[in-house]
Amino acid sequence: MSDLDLARLQFASTSIYHFLFVPVTIGLGLLVAVLHTMWFRGGNPDHKRLTKFFGTLLLINVAVGVVTGLIQEFQFGMNWSAYSRYVGDVFGAPLAMEGLAAFFLESTFIGLWVFGWNVLAPKIHLLTVWLVAAGAGGSAAFIMAANSWMQHPVGYTVDQATGRPELSNIGAVMTNPVFLWGYAHVLTASFVTGSVLMLAVSAWYLRRGKHTEVFTRSAKVSLAVLLPSVFLALGIGSHLGVIEATYQPMKISAAEGQWETCQPCSFSAFQIGGGNNDQNPTKIIEIPHLLSILATGTWNGEVQGMNELNAQYQEEYGPGDYVPNVFVQYWSMRVMAYLGSLAALVAVWGLWLVWRRRLPTARVFLFVATWAVAFPFLMNTAGWMLTENGRQPWIVQGLMLTDEGVSTSVGRTEVIISLVVFYGIFLLLGAVNVFLMMRYARRGLELEEPEEQLDDDQPRVPALTF
Amino acid sequence: MTLPDLWFLIIAFLWTGFFVLEGFDFGVGILHKVVGRTDTEQRVAINSIGPFWDGNEVWLIVGAAGIFAAFPGWYATWFSAMYLPLVLLLVALIARGVSFEFRGRMEATRWRQTWSWSLTLGSLLCPLLLGVALGNLLAGLPVDSTEEFTGSVTDSVTGYGLLVGLMLTALCILHGATFLAMRTTGQVRTRAQRAAALALVPAVLLLLAFAVATPAVSGAPALRGTAPAVLAVVVVLAAALLVRAHRDGWAFTATAVAIALAVVTLFANLYPNVLVSSTSAADSLTVTGTASGPYALKVMTIVALVLVPVILIYQGWSYFIFRRRVVGPPTAAPPDPTTGPTAPLDDGVLT
Repeated sequence: MSDLDLARLQFASTSIYHFLFVPVTIGLGLLVAVLHTMWFRGGNPDHKRLTKFFGTLLLINVAVGVVTGLIQEFQFGMNWSAYSRYVGDVFGAPLAMEGLAAFFLESTFIGLWVFGWNVLAPKIHLLTVWLVAAGAGGSAAFIMAANSWMQHPVGYTVDQATGRPELSNIGAVMTNPVFLWGYAHVLTASFVTGSVLMLAVSAWYLRRGKHTEVFTRSAKVSLAVLLPSVFLALGIGSHLGVIEATYQPMKISAAEGQWETCQPCSFSAFQIGGGNNDQNPTKIIEIPHLLSILATGTWNGEVQGMNELNAQYQEEYGPGDYVPNVFVQYWSMRVMAYLGSLAALVAVWGLWLVWRRRLPTARVFLFVATWAVAFPFLMNTAGWMLTENGRQPWIVQGLMLTDEGVSTSVGRTEVIISLVVFYGIFLLLGAVNVFLMMRYARRGLELEEPEEQLDDDQPRVPALTF
Repeated sequence: MTLPDLWFLIIAFLWTGFFVLEGFDFGVGILHKVVGRTDTEQRVAINSIGPFWDGNEVWLIVGAAGIFAAFPGWYATWFSAMYLPLVLLLVALIARGVSFEFRGRMEATRWRQTWSWSLTLGSLLCPLLLGVALGNLLAGLPVDSTEEFTGSVTDSVTGYGLLVGLMLTALCILHGATFLAMRTTGQVRTRAQRAAALALVPAVLLLLAFAVATPAVSGAPALRGTAPAVLAVVVVLAAALLVRAHRDGWAFTATAVAIALAVVTLFANLYPNVLVSSTSAADSLTVTGTASGPYALKVMTIVALVLVPVILIYQGWSYFIFRRRVVGPPTAAPPDPTTGPTAPLDDGVLT
């Protein structure tokens, strides 16, 4: 494995790991805010218990999400210093804005929310949880704006003296079509993640017949969020494919393993073989016209093959191989799309059971819904592999190659040390996190607390939370 | 003032804010086993920073992201040069961050003590390593004319960097102790006052050494280089008097100003460089040399000028909301006989 491969492996691993927690924070943040609002409006103590229960799951995730996010913030400079020096003028701005506009909001108000029970006025306390949700969702916006610039650089001019891109139009960066659709896709996928997680936990309880009434409520709330989110995520994702096909045609052709230009183009459900050294895999169940629709949004659209695109790029950018890892592209696209569709089926099935008033006793559904907890995490990971692997060999599409971006002053030993250290920490954190979440989920709801009668002269002191 | 200069000031402000705020977090993390003998007392110490630590840590993230955006070359060279120390720093930050969340989730003593130790060690390493990294900016790292670090891991720890690291660690411990004295009651408060008195000695000595060494290393003009250093020493001596007088609120204010002045001293002496090259003075990274273009800086200036006051208001509000002293559950923490059961609740108001 080359030094470049090691640096890429580290960035990919740390990003994927970080993004296991991010969508939970965004999605569960919204759902906890919804539950808190329901309690605020209706005063039903079940909603308060659910708010606190899922709030704690949210907190455990936020802690791991925040600390793994620190690695991301440092890693650009540590491992990708040539890239950072080259793009900082444009790429740094959204990162700095993320901190100022969103991360401060999320981190400050989560402290206020957690310690604010019985301290803040109920209306203000409710506002804090919505600001946490807004901060979490807002963070993702700036990160996606930065990432989208790597996929489709806009709003910059190249400085003649340094040869580096300089920001010239922040409006263009923040209205980059790849960003707008990519962000909407990430946001809806995060809502899918949060609601599937809540559904799975609720289903786990319903299967055991514990707190049936309370967890039927949370199952309904999660299904009500899941259904629109999952169909929006699928629809937006489909349009994102058309946009990416415009700016990064190689990414989409590779996702189908389409070596030769075609019109109209079919989509294969599966294939045997394939990859960069096998241009003629056995495709199974070909659906005519579907690739044309997915890539161009038209029935008979033309999709350029990788061989033709590669030849074009060689003419434009010089000799080299501009084809990403086709095997990863083909399968990550399918894992993402198929699991997303399964999540949609779960949502429809669950809501049908709710409508028939059979949800708490539907054994098969509850079993499936419990295990569906794995879907969003696999789906999100596959989605990012599709996006980032499909950008290769570029680190910034058309401007800088990945192998030009790596830190030359960081040696192989150093990267191996950090890789081992990060993997060790991730395994430990993951194990503790899963252990705590399961233990906590199993312990169940707290007994109903007596409503505290505080007279106004008495100072309101927050409970020991940590 | 030019835009790059303004951004150098903003960066200095962000790092100063970070050490003033997260500084006492680090101190509380280091001291929570010292001031808390029982589990409840340790929890009281941890909960004194409970609502704040997460928001405080964002100052570091924005401090780093601000350098990335405003001075990409500085960010790239500094972070890649400090590779292994930063890996260790990340481990320390992760360890302490999850310790807060994990520690209270199980009752078992061994579980709680494991995360207590990880909180202590993580909190101890953070200011030390950050100080080393900051000190190196001024002490100089082997950097060539292409802004690339040419040294090895042994070059990433300098004598002056180590001094800054130790000085910041000592100040964080002192700052954490004055914060605990202000935010707690009874035994925890008494022990925090005692810890502050003990922490004063190394803090004053190390700050003195820093105040002498820094202008000597930088050679900056007296008004910019020496004046803030002298002020820092004066303030830390004032803190010493206030700690001994048990004026908790004022002692905390003094340690906050002292740590702020220490960081300001460092940045004031660094200017107009951002990272000194030990290979050749001509290769030092400078404010103007590494700054982003005028348009990017202008956009970010507007964003920062609009948002920083808003952030200060809501973070300040959060400190106002949780201004009262933290007390444990009534059964586990017997009222302090010297002050009575309710009195401490009223004199802990931050003003």
